[in-house]
Amino acid sequence: MITYLDHAATSPLRPEVVEAMASARAEPLGNPTGSHRPAQRARRLLEEARDEVAELLGRLPAEIVFTSGGTESANLAVFGTLGAAKVSGDFAADGPVLLSSAIEHPAVRESCRAAASTTGALWAELPVLPSGVLDLDALSEAVDERTALVAVMAANNETGVIQPIASVVETVRARNGDAAVFTDAVQAATFADLSELVRGADLVAVSAHKLGGPVGTGVLVVASSTTITPHQYGGGQERERRSGTQDVVGAVGLATALRSAARDRSEIVTRVAALRDRLAEGLLSSVPDVHRTVPGGVPSLPGHLHLCFGGIEREELLVLLSESGVCASGGSSCASGALEWSYVLAAMGLDEGRARGALRFSLGHDTPGADVQRALDVVPAAVASLRHGA
Amino acid sequence: MRVLVAMSGGVDSSVAAALLVQQGHEVVGATLKLWGGPSDSGCCSVADVEDARRVAQQLGIDHHVFNLTEDFEDHVVRPYVDAHAQGRTPNPCIECNRAIKFDRLLDRADRLGFDLLATGHHARVTHEGAHRLRRGADPDKDQSYVLSMLGQDELARVVLPVGEMTKDEVRAWAAQIGLRTAGKPDSQDVCFIGRVEGRQGFLQRKIDFHPARVVDRDGEAVGSVDAVELVTVGQRRGMGHGADGQRHYVLSVDVPARLVTVGNAADAVTSRVRLPNTTMTWVDRPLGPGDRAVAQVSAHGRPAACSVAWNGDSRVVEFDEPQRPVAPGQTVALYDVTEPDAVVGAGIAA
Repeated sequence: MITYLDHAATSPLRPEVVEAMASARAEPLGNPTGSHRPAQRARRLLEEARDEVAELLGRLPAEIVFTSGGTESANLAVFGTLGAAKVSGDFAADGPVLLSSAIEHPAVRESCRAAASTTGALWAELPVLPSGVLDLDALSEAVDERTALVAVMAANNETGVIQPIASVVETVRARNGDAAVFTDAVQAATFADLSELVRGADLVAVSAHKLGGPVGTGVLVVASSTTITPHQYGGGQERERRSGTQDVVGAVGLATALRSAARDRSEIVTRVAALRDRLAEGLLSSVPDVHRTVPGGVPSLPGHLHLCFGGIEREELLVLLSESGVCASGGSSCASGALEWSYVLAAMGLDEGRARGALRFSLGHDTPGADVQRALDVVPAAVASLRHGA
Repeated sequence: MRVLVAMSGGVDSSVAAALLVQQGHEVVGATLKLWGGPSDSGCCSVADVEDARRVAQQLGIDHHVFNLTEDFEDHVVRPYVDAHAQGRTPNPCIECNRAIKFDRLLDRADRLGFDLLATGHHARVTHEGAHRLRRGADPDKDQSYVLSMLGQDELARVVLPVGEMTKDEVRAWAAQIGLRTAGKPDSQDVCFIGRVEGRQGFLQRKIDFHPARVVDRDGEAVGSVDAVELVTVGQRRGMGHGADGQRHYVLSVDVPARLVTVGNAADAVTSRVRLPNTTMTWVDRPLGPGDRAVAQVSAHGRPAACSVAWNGDSRVVEFDEPQRPVAPGQTVALYDVTEPDAVVGAGIAA
C-alpha cells in the first residue's frame, strides 16, 4: 500500500489527461510541420493546446513556447536572455549581470552558474529572509543598469513558500526597465492562479508532470516584449525560439492538466490546505521535538508541509517510511542519488543540526484523508524507533 | 534475517547481496556516498552507485544511498592529512572501516531494524562460542588485515558472504546470474585520491610541504627531499645509493627536525615495533605478556612470527626474524599462533 505524499516531486497522471492523450493518438497524427491531413491534425491539436495554456496563464498564444519540461524552460530563459543581451550589445565590460534568489531550483541555479562561467556574465544570489521570502530590499539594491535577468521562483519546491512576484516585477522595473524578470512557476502552477500570481513577469516556466500531466513537456512563457535567443537549434519551430518536433500529445496532456488544475481551484486549495493542516497538527502534537520550518502566516502552497524532526537523520526516517509505503522527500539529491545539504534551508538561516532531520511532505489535488491518517499512524512510531530503539 | 548490504558497486559486494537473497534473507542494499570531491579511483563514484543500484534492481531488493561525506571527512580524510603533516602514514581504508562502515553504518543498520550488516570483504566471521574473524578463502584477496580492528560487538552483527569463495568463484557466480558488475575491475586505490593527482597532488592542496636533509646513520649529509611529509619509513624510491653502490632505504623520518635518515638494506631492518595500548583492539581476549602471535604489517604483507611483550603503555611486537621497518601510523594485525588464519587483534605502530 502506497501513501503518496511526494507530489512536489511528481504528481501521478490525471485520468482525464490519460484519456486526452490517448484520444490524441487514436487517429493518425503527423508531424506538425507537414502539409497533409495528419500533419494538419497534429498542428491543430498543438495550437488548441497552446490557446488553452495561454488562456489559463493569462497570456497570448504567441507567448507560449512548448519545451521538454521545467529544466529546459529554465535553461532557455537564462541562456536565451543572455544571448539576446549579447546580440543587442547593450552591456558594458562589467556585465551582463544575472541575479537569482538564493533558493532557486537547481535547474535555475546551475543554469546561472554555467552561464556565468561560459559566457562571461556575472552572477549574484539574492538573500531570503528566515521566513523563506525574498529580501526585496536586497533585490532593490542589487538591480542596476548592468542587470540582464532577475530570476525569482514563484513558489519554492522544498518549503512551498510563495514569493511576491508582483513586487519583484515592480521593483525591477523601477530600477532597470530593460532587465527581464524570469520566474520558475513549476511548483506554483499546481495550486496558484498564475494569471494573477506572476502577472508582469517576462519569462515563466511551467512543467506538466507537477500538475498531473506527462513527464517530458513544459512551457516557457516569453512575453511579447521580451527577446530570447534559442538554446536548441534546428527546424525553427516555436517561432524560432525552440527547434525540434513538438510533442503534440505531451502538449495536449499539459493543457488538460492545467485546465484540471484551474477548474474548482479554490475548492481544491481549501480542501488540500485543510488536509495538510490536519497532518501538521497531528504530527506536531504526537511527535516531540518537531518544528514547522516555515513560520505561520507566510504565504505557502496548500500541499506543502516541511518539518524538522530533532535528533534523527532524515535519511534513516525516509528508509523507515518507505518500508511502510509512506512516500516523502528529504530535499535535493546529487547525481549519485544521495541527499545533499539543502542550500534553501541554509539560505533561510536554518542551522545544520535542525536541517539533519528535515523532511518534506507534499499533498496533491486528490490526496485522500486516508493518506493523512496513515501518515499519522506511521510517522510518530518511526521517529520514536529511531530515537529510542525499536 | 533482515540484512543491510553495503554495496560499493564492485563485484564482491554484488555477489554478497546475491548470496543473501538466494539464502532467503530480507535484503536491502545501501551505497555510501563518502567523498564529494573529484575521484577516478574506481570506488564509490556516481558510476559505481549506478552499478550498485542496477545490481540491486536485478536482485529485486531496495537500494538506498547514504550521504556520509561529513563523517568521512571528519574521521578519515582530515586525520589522513593531519597524520602526514606529522610524519605518520595511516591506512585510510582501515580508518574508514573502523569509523564509518563498522561503526556509523552498523549503528544505522541497528536503528533501521536490521539484524546484520553484510559487506563484500574477503574474510570470514565464524561463531565458535566467541565470534572470530578469519582470513578469506582466497589468499591473494584476503582482507582480514583491513578488518582486524573489529571486536565481539561488531562481529556479532556482521556477515561476510564471499569470504568462503575465491575471487574467480565470485566473478563466475556474478557472470552466471548475469550481474552487470561481473567483469568490473577491482578498485585499487584510496577512494578519495585520484589516479592522476596521486597522494602528492592530493596532500599538496591541503598541507605545506617542507624540504628536509637526508643523512646517513653517521649523520653525514647525503642529499635532500622536497617534501619530508611524503617520505615513508622503509621507502626506497628517490633515496638513491650510498658510496658503496648499495640502495638506500629510509630508516626514520623526523618531520619537525626536517630530517630523513637512510641506510642500506642490511640497516633497514627492525626486530620490533611498538603499538601503544590506546591503539590496540582485540577480537576477543587480549594476548598475555610475552604471548606468541603472527604479525602482518600491510594489506598483503608476509606474516611474521613474533612475541608480544607488555611494556608500560604499549605492546611491543618482537619479531623472530628481522623485518623491514614499520612506518608510524601503519596497522599491525596479529594472528593466532596456533590458527594463523584467525585474527587476534591489531594496533597502530607508534
